[in-house]
Amino acid sequence: MALLEIEDLHASVDGHQILKGVNLVLNAGEVHSIMGPNGSGKSTLAQVLARRESYEVTQGRVLYAGKDLLQMKPEEAACEGVFLAFQYPVEIPGIGNAYFLRSAMNAIRKYRGEDELDAMDFLPVFRERLKLLEMDDALMSRSLNEGFSGGEKKRNEILQMAMLEPRLAILDETDSGLDIDALKIVAEGVNALRSSQRAFLVITHYQRLLNYIAPDFVHVLVDGKIVRSGGPELALELEEKGYGWTEAEAQPA
Amino acid sequence: MSGAIEAELRRETMATVAKPMDNYLEAYGGLRALERREPEWMRNLRDEAWELFREKGFPTTHDEDWRFTSVAALARTPFRRAAASHAAVTAEQIEAYRLTGSACRLVFVNGRFAPGISDARSLPAGLEICSLARALDCGMEGCAPTGIEQQLGGYADVRRDVFVALNTALWEDGAYLRIRRGAAIEQPVHLLYVTADGGAATMIHPRTLVIVEDASQVAVVEDYVSLGEGAAMCNSVTELVAGQDAAVSHYLVERENLASFNLSTLRVELGRGARLASHSMLLGGGLVRNNVHPVLAGEGGECLINGLFVGEGRQHLDNYMLVEHAKPNGSSRQFYNGILDEQAHGVFHGRIVVHPDAQKTDAKQTNRNLLLSDEARIDTKPQLEIHADDVKCTHGATIGQIEEEPLFYLRSRGLDEVAARKLLLYAFAAECLDRMQEAPVRRFAEALTHERLLEVARRARPAATVERQDENARNWEEVG
Ligand SMILES: Nc1ncnc2c1ncn2[C@@H]1O[C@H](COP(=O)(O)OP(=O)(O)O)[C@@H](O)[C@H]1O
Ligand SMILES: [Mg+2]
Repeated sequence: MALLEIEDLHASVDGHQILKGVNLVLNAGEVHSIMGPNGSGKSTLAQVLARRESYEVTQGRVLYAGKDLLQMKPEEAACEGVFLAFQYPVEIPGIGNAYFLRSAMNAIRKYRGEDELDAMDFLPVFRERLKLLEMDDALMSRSLNEGFSGGEKKRNEILQMAMLEPRLAILDETDSGLDIDALKIVAEGVNALRSSQRAFLVITHYQRLLNYIAPDFVHVLVDGKIVRSGGPELALELEEKGYGWTEAEAQPA
Repeated sequence: MSGAIEAELRRETMATVAKPMDNYLEAYGGLRALERREPEWMRNLRDEAWELFREKGFPTTHDEDWRFTSVAALARTPFRRAAASHAAVTAEQIEAYRLTGSACRLVFVNGRFAPGISDARSLPAGLEICSLARALDCGMEGCAPTGIEQQLGGYADVRRDVFVALNTALWEDGAYLRIRRGAAIEQPVHLLYVTADGGAATMIHPRTLVIVEDASQVAVVEDYVSLGEGAAMCNSVTELVAGQDAAVSHYLVERENLASFNLSTLRVELGRGARLASHSMLLGGGLVRNNVHPVLAGEGGECLINGLFVGEGRQHLDNYMLVEHAKPNGSSRQFYNGILDEQAHGVFHGRIVVHPDAQKTDAKQTNRNLLLSDEARIDTKPQLEIHADDVKCTHGATIGQIEEEPLFYLRSRGLDEVAARKLLLYAFAAECLDRMQEAPVRRFAEALTHERLLEVARRARPAATVERQDENARNWEEVG
């Protein structure tokens, strides 16, 4: 059974039709990349999969581990193992990073019928993952993403992913705004989590990240539809030719 | 007893039809009939205050200071003094209201000191505390603590506010504290005011006097709770006198039932270099009026005026701040955060008066609010009256809601909707909690806030469903 099966997915935001029939299948152990021009609907797809309720699904279905993902609330999807690394992580003053992360882990553990983690269980793992992502301890006593640089926010998303250990990780342009060193660190964080149990959907605008996270499949999303799919070589082709030709392809014949 | 009052009492006992206000006259007569051994000056204060109350009656919304708050329902309710028999509250009944880590606890039931369930056995050096009635009543005239005659009633002005007049006329008990020069009292003092349901609508008028001598330090927590669901009026007045370089924290915790009317006045006199931190937490009460009135009477005084109010249902929570800068180089900071749901109505009236002598005053005021429903309302009124030329005064007010984006972010990490909302509300409230310096009180306040916000979070809705917020937030700025 595939981990994720997206079938003819249509979605609209504020009355605008953004996704116009997306089809995609991900198996556990695979890394898929979605590329596409700005405004093509990549983030919309990611947010729909993470169950943002203001994004209305108008047609199609999504099965996640055999269950109807579209029936799930965001927290249910999260507890079932779906994780979205946001393109624009939200700053939330007044909520401590570490406190939040432990609350989230415990919410998920509770859902799965596991015991809650106390600070003593939490801290060693937390410290180790912080180190892996070369993040400063001091950031963690601050409010969630508040005053973080763009790169720090993106790394914080990957830190959360590393702590929550999802089965399906969706990375929405985690690479944009990162310098090359930060990009490598983020890629290492992702690669460390790659396993036969887990699938990744890596959304990116540029091919750069894919040098470090080698995808199994690359899909091109244009105007709310996947117009081409292929192997890693497709990313290189896109890099060379730009998105112009794919857009032309997206036009109805 | 003055002749006029006696005559009136006689007249009233002959009347057959009860008029509004009869209940107050009856209370006043009842109190006098107790023949407490009070000093002459106190009796005179009461008579004078009673006359003022009788003349003026309750304010209406035409009164500028009461523009946003109608006390008509309070005036209509025939509140009475509690019968003595209502005071049978046991230690178990109030166990849940304990403040862990306090230096001592004085409990007042229906306005009367309850020594059996209080705990003031081992007091830290430098702290004197007893019931105010006891401080005044020691069997003969003139044996009350030295100077109390100048202090009690010396600051809270019966002319400014009829509720202060009513309290002065009708108070039965409260706390008396004196912190000796140079003493630093590390643990907070807990004053617990319990209204116990006695069938009829009960009124109490707690009176507290806190003398903080030069260079000493203390934190006092006034905590108002109800046992039962009955309607009550609690009208308290606290006078707090801080000497030179003294540092004092005052906490007001209002968590009475929703049928309660709670009016409180904190009047603080700050000496040279003295520091005040006033923290108000309005979590309960049906109609609440919270008056905080510090006067920076010495040079270089500092005050922090911090508050959190959380209302739902038809709660009405009115915060009236009056900060008077009388001497140079003083600073004041006001921060009030409000969370209002359903038909709750909040008021923040922030008045800053800078007297001609108060050059180099630095005064700041901020009121932030979350309106969680279409019917919730906030009235904010900054009022700056500046009579000196070299001063810095700023004010600001904001309104907001629970935003959809952060809510989704939290939920996408596994927190359920209620937990996510509560976390966002708590983050907003934490701005106020974080200003509380005394660890035991802060933990206490955090626990109360968590509990309260969980109730609100179960119902509150995110931004997309709240539409009329702008209409319901009104700013009545008066800056001159
Ligand atoms: N709230 C919204 N209201 C209207 N249009 C929106 C909204 N959010 C996104 N869009 C539009 O939807 C399209 C797809 O956006 P998005 O999914 O963010 O694209 P991408 O991530 O591929 O750049 C864009 O044209 C964008 O302008
Ligand atoms: Mg995007």
